[in-house]
Amino acid sequence: MDHAATPAAVHHHAPPQGFLRKHVFSLDHKVIGKQYLDLALVAVCIGMALSWLMRVHLAWPNLPIPGLAKLSPNGAANGVITPEYYLSLMTMHATIMVFFVLTSAPFAGFGNYFLPIQVGAEDMAFPRFNMMSFWTTCVAFLVLISSFFVSDGPALSGWTAYAPLSAVGKDAGPGQGLGQTLWALSIAIFCVGQLFGSLNFIATTLDLRTKGMSLARMPYSTWAWFITSVIGLIAFAVLLPACILLLLDRVAGTSFFIPAGLVISDRLQPHSGGSPLLWQHLFWFFGHPEVYIAILPGFGIVSTILPVFARKPLLGPRTLVGCMTAIAFLSYTVWGHHMFLSGMNPFSALLFSVPTLIITIPATIATLLWIGTIYGAKLRFTTPALFCLGFVSVFVSGGLSGFFLAQPSIDTYLHATYFVVAHFHFVMAVAAMFGIFAGTYFWFPKMFGRMMNETLGKWHFWLTFIGVYCIFMPMHYLGLAGNVRRYSAFTDDYLKPLIPLHRFITIAALLTGAAQLIFLYNLIRSRFRGPRAPDNPWQATTLEWSTTSPPPFDNFGGHPPVVSHGPNEYGVPGAAGDYVMQAASEPARVR
Amino acid sequence: MGKLFAVVVTIITLVATAIFVAHVWWLPADIAVHGPAIDHQLRETMVSAGLLFVVSQLALALFAWQYGDRKDGRPIKLFPGGAMPMVVSAIVLVGAEILALTFVGSKVWAGIFQSPPDPNSLVIDVQAEQFAFYFRYAGPDGSFAATHPELINEASENYFGLDPAHDVDARDDIVVPSLAIPVNRPILLRMHAKDVNHSFYVPELRIQQDFVPGLVIPLHFTATQAGKYEIVCTQLCGLGHYNMRAYLEVMPQEQFDHWLKDKAAQQ
Repeated sequence: MDHAATPAAVHHHAPPQGFLRKHVFSLDHKVIGKQYLDLALVAVCIGMALSWLMRVHLAWPNLPIPGLAKLSPNGAANGVITPEYYLSLMTMHATIMVFFVLTSAPFAGFGNYFLPIQVGAEDMAFPRFNMMSFWTTCVAFLVLISSFFVSDGPALSGWTAYAPLSAVGKDAGPGQGLGQTLWALSIAIFCVGQLFGSLNFIATTLDLRTKGMSLARMPYSTWAWFITSVIGLIAFAVLLPACILLLLDRVAGTSFFIPAGLVISDRLQPHSGGSPLLWQHLFWFFGHPEVYIAILPGFGIVSTILPVFARKPLLGPRTLVGCMTAIAFLSYTVWGHHMFLSGMNPFSALLFSVPTLIITIPATIATLLWIGTIYGAKLRFTTPALFCLGFVSVFVSGGLSGFFLAQPSIDTYLHATYFVVAHFHFVMAVAAMFGIFAGTYFWFPKMFGRMMNETLGKWHFWLTFIGVYCIFMPMHYLGLAGNVRRYSAFTDDYLKPLIPLHRFITIAALLTGAAQLIFLYNLIRSRFRGPRAPDNPWQATTLEWSTTSPPPFDNFGGHPPVVSHGPNEYGVPGAAGDYVMQAASEPARVR
Repeated sequence: MGKLFAVVVTIITLVATAIFVAHVWWLPADIAVHGPAIDHQLRETMVSAGLLFVVSQLALALFAWQYGDRKDGRPIKLFPGGAMPMVVSAIVLVGAEILALTFVGSKVWAGIFQSPPDPNSLVIDVQAEQFAFYFRYAGPDGSFAATHPELINEASENYFGLDPAHDVDARDDIVVPSLAIPVNRPILLRMHAKDVNHSFYVPELRIQQDFVPGLVIPLHFTATQAGKYEIVCTQLCGLGHYNMRAYLEVMPQEQFDHWLKDKAAQQ
């Protein structure tokens, strides 16, 4: 490489001319970011529809759902969902949401679009890899969705795909044929896409920062995407081989996860020597860091957006970056807390419990920093600000239930109950979704050059905020009463009295889901009809607000910004506004 | 808008907490010797997590109420002392809580899962399969016969793969679909899985343990209350998972002796 060339010059490429290069196989990180977000939007619509079907079935198991028989003649003849189809819906809901929504939107989507701009680069370090990353992910999604159309239905062994159920094939029942193979294939392909993406994020952050953009001046969202990509690089590098081994067990007769002496459907299985716990270790070594892959971008988004609307610098920015780094390291030491009761050595439960409890310390500190940022602020209650405040509230609610589940002695009772469902939905799903919503309302003007409708945005916030509490708070009560999860019907005597509470949750879920149509309408209408957005509608400091809305092809119109300020200069006395942009030329003030 | 947020967060916090405090939905009465220790640990955690929940939600609500932008030119206020007091107090308070919970909780856990079973335990073999549990008692000879997976056959009700034709020990083993145990007597389950992962969960017993194919997992407990309880599977095992259950019948020792004798006679 020519060392005299600046990184920007090395990676410079001309604007594409043809339709395909411009809109489909684009190398532009902004187009790729929008493609990821569009993919996540399609995925979240499907994932939410699946959860609706599940919730209706749980509340009214014999109610025929109109039109469902047409969609799935096997799974729901007469429109009534069979137990196996319920499990397929559940598996697909979780897989779609975790991989194609919670990973694709906040990390790959917003990260792709804004990481290069926030560090002042023209594009990602490896634009071709970037394009491949999206299209690989897209293929993974299509492979997964195609399993809805195979004869014995999609996989039903949960998003965790515990072996040997997932490994032994057709003998184990419906959903264990081609559907499960497609599931493993899809996730393996997905891992490849994420590895491309993570490498790109890391290289871009380290190599392509513009003049003056020291690490200390990097926006917190960029820090979060950078740390997340480091987590992703290690986590997906473990899940990929795990999925390949699972595929080999299924199609090549190997026995990585299948021990000897299994009798399934009266047939002694031709396997020996494998370990079901090996799959669990490999899966959760990925699976727990994955939780932080979903939530850390939310940390970054909230830490970037909250000061904008508080008109006040983020409290303890270095501490926040330290917390995120600590969480990233600790995330690799806690996977065994999913396996307290799995049959692994009970002594290791104690070893996994301690780091799991310790990880609550950086999470608590981050929460306190956000709350402390609001103290003494001049809060502007825009829609993105409301979603940030909502994020803090639901993150607290979800995080605290982790205290229970991190302790093996209490997990003995609460494991595999709805208490766990409440916990991970609050802390990972809802909190991450609030981060995505905050990011969408905040960055939409930059991405599309138009403003979203504030009134609709606020309605969306209130209905969603109250709705998620009505859905997920009661699940704690169900868990305390011993309500087992992953059941397609509650036929046990001790579960029957809990069905009215399930009906309440279902109604709340339907209404909250319907409220998302407001968001969808706002999103689509504003894309074409919203009022024109100025370059910096929120009076924010980071580099994306120094360029036009939307940014030109090379992000800064041939004039890479020079950074002389940190991202946190809000409430600056004597400044022209009450803030100083990162690319502003006047020297930093001493406070 | 800030005041509305504060009111909504406060209502959510108070209602949610009230339902927890009033035990509207709560654990069933416990029937295990180790149960009170688990319940105690759960209550302690509930109190400390509950306090953190209420304090942080109300702080969020209070600040949102108080610090809206009133366009009155009032300057912003920085948090007194900056981030450091928060960091220190979080590490000290949460750290102390973690130490306390771990110190007590580890003993509770170790008491159930790491202590050796009582040598006088009644040993019962459990076979979990799609979608049922089967229980095997040693029978009058007091010994369990060897099992042979290749002999497992549902149609002939040979759930464990016994070989009574060639194995004398196998002829008196008692195999039943529900778990009968004497009250106040230590029980040792030896857990086997025939096909895929399953789990053994009795909420009243405050115990849960996975079955893993290829492993024999010991689980021991002592039930203190006679009665009939449900054993449910909590590890996803296929389409009939929701319906996979058996009954646990805890009975006085004499009644249990009778029951066992009856079953032995039927073999």
